[in-house]
Amino acid sequence: MKTWIARQKALIDFTLSSLARRKLKNLGLLLVYTVIVFLLASVMLYTHALRHEAAQVLKNSPEVIVQRMVAGRHDLIPPGYLEKLGRIRGVQNKEGRLWGYFYDNVVSANYTLMAPSPEEHGFGRVADGTIVIGAAVARERGLVPGNLISFRSYTGKLFVFTVAAVLPHEAELVSADLLLLSEADFRAFFEISAGYYNDIALSVANPQEVRNIAGKISETLPDARIILREEVLRTYESIFNWREGIVLVLLSGSILAFTIFAWEKASGLSAEEKREIGILKAIGWETGDVLKMKLWEGALVSLTAFLLGYVVAYFHVFHFSAALFEPVLKGWSVLYPRFELVPVVDGFQIATLFFFTVFPYTVATIVPIWRAAITDPDAVMRG
Amino acid sequence: MLSRKSHRAFVLLALLLALFLLTFADAGRYRAGRAAALQQNEQIVAQLGLTDLCLFTEARYTRHPSQADLQSAFQDHPLAFEHFPSGSLLPPPRNLTAAYENLDRKTKSAD
Repeated sequence: MKTWIARQKALIDFTLSSLARRKLKNLGLLLVYTVIVFLLASVMLYTHALRHEAAQVLKNSPEVIVQRMVAGRHDLIPPGYLEKLGRIRGVQNKEGRLWGYFYDNVVSANYTLMAPSPEEHGFGRVADGTIVIGAAVARERGLVPGNLISFRSYTGKLFVFTVAAVLPHEAELVSADLLLLSEADFRAFFEISAGYYNDIALSVANPQEVRNIAGKISETLPDARIILREEVLRTYESIFNWREGIVLVLLSGSILAFTIFAWEKASGLSAEEKREIGILKAIGWETGDVLKMKLWEGALVSLTAFLLGYVVAYFHVFHFSAALFEPVLKGWSVLYPRFELVPVVDGFQIATLFFFTVFPYTVATIVPIWRAAITDPDAVMRG
Repeated sequence: MLSRKSHRAFVLLALLLALFLLTFADAGRYRAGRAAALQQNEQIVAQLGLTDLCLFTEARYTRHPSQADLQSAFQDHPLAFEHFPSGSLLPPPRNLTAAYENLDRKTKSAD
């Protein structure tokens, strides 16, 4: 065993000296290789963490949402719909929701206005004349609790609210642009009459029955569009898959360029390398030794590139907020939410990345060497 | 000890491997530290009945992609293209990309 280890060490020494003779070319290869692993690992880590966070947070969203469609557009729920839904067996809770959008000219941003049910939310009851704002709104408008803020509604009337609270910064991912008002203020602001709602949120007694209940709802209210929680989760899953795909497509040019470069470097032997193999064989190296030497070369280069690229990608994504890909993967807007992702590292994904980066390069280095190593040393040296 | 090149290479690889393993420990530590914030987010979503992440706020179909009606991206006039740049980062509707159901094994009578 000791002899074997000593032999491998000697082979590695020789390999490193051989690499050092073409220092610039090999360092260039290592750098490009590391950058490619870094880019792929960054996209993978970022989208996986964002997808995980979305699923984790949105698992508490309403089980069923019922909207009313008129001419293909979302319309207000008229009085009577809530009662009709209440008669469907299996529906546990039903709540009319009031929410909408408002464009603020001052910062050129859209806000989401919402009237939460007073008994449920955890920031104290939103009293008439007051407003609870998201952290990004507070940042953009420079507001703190106690300040006054005025909005001109779509009907031209001016409304003044006192900021009662700012939603926590940690919750920006879901609430950056939220404005919470009392129901009375919301109805006055948008001139929505009593009894009308934007949509209805339902909870179901038996989660297994959600699809059956959705079927019953569409029979009872044929103009309803039903959105299940699982569809919301699937939407986000596909959004992040799509974005991951877009980034990978954008990166594919550089990945292909690297593949050609690495393949060329690994598989096309230079005259110098061929001569080196010929000399090694002539002085008594066996074919197996030459192969082992090149195997070590491939393994050392690709392992270093993989580990370095992955570690840098991890710090880029989770400690430097993925500055390079943030706008594409997260989205962009005037009210840009600032949030830190919780690192979720998937072992299977890392294994896949390892397999598709380390393995091909190592194999690509072996095949041409094997071809050169089995030919006659004299022929190899003569080229 | 580090006089041989192979030893230096092993030390470098061991260092990188240690850093690689450290990322897992760091992720665990960070996750524990963020557990309270994540729980708070979950609570806000449950209490307010939120349905979407606040990522793009410029149009309703990008602010609430799970709630917007299918026509909302093309709302301005018939044959309108949707014009918000973030729309290109949203996937096309499922029905455009979904494969058709393979019915030949389910049908009872031949066509």
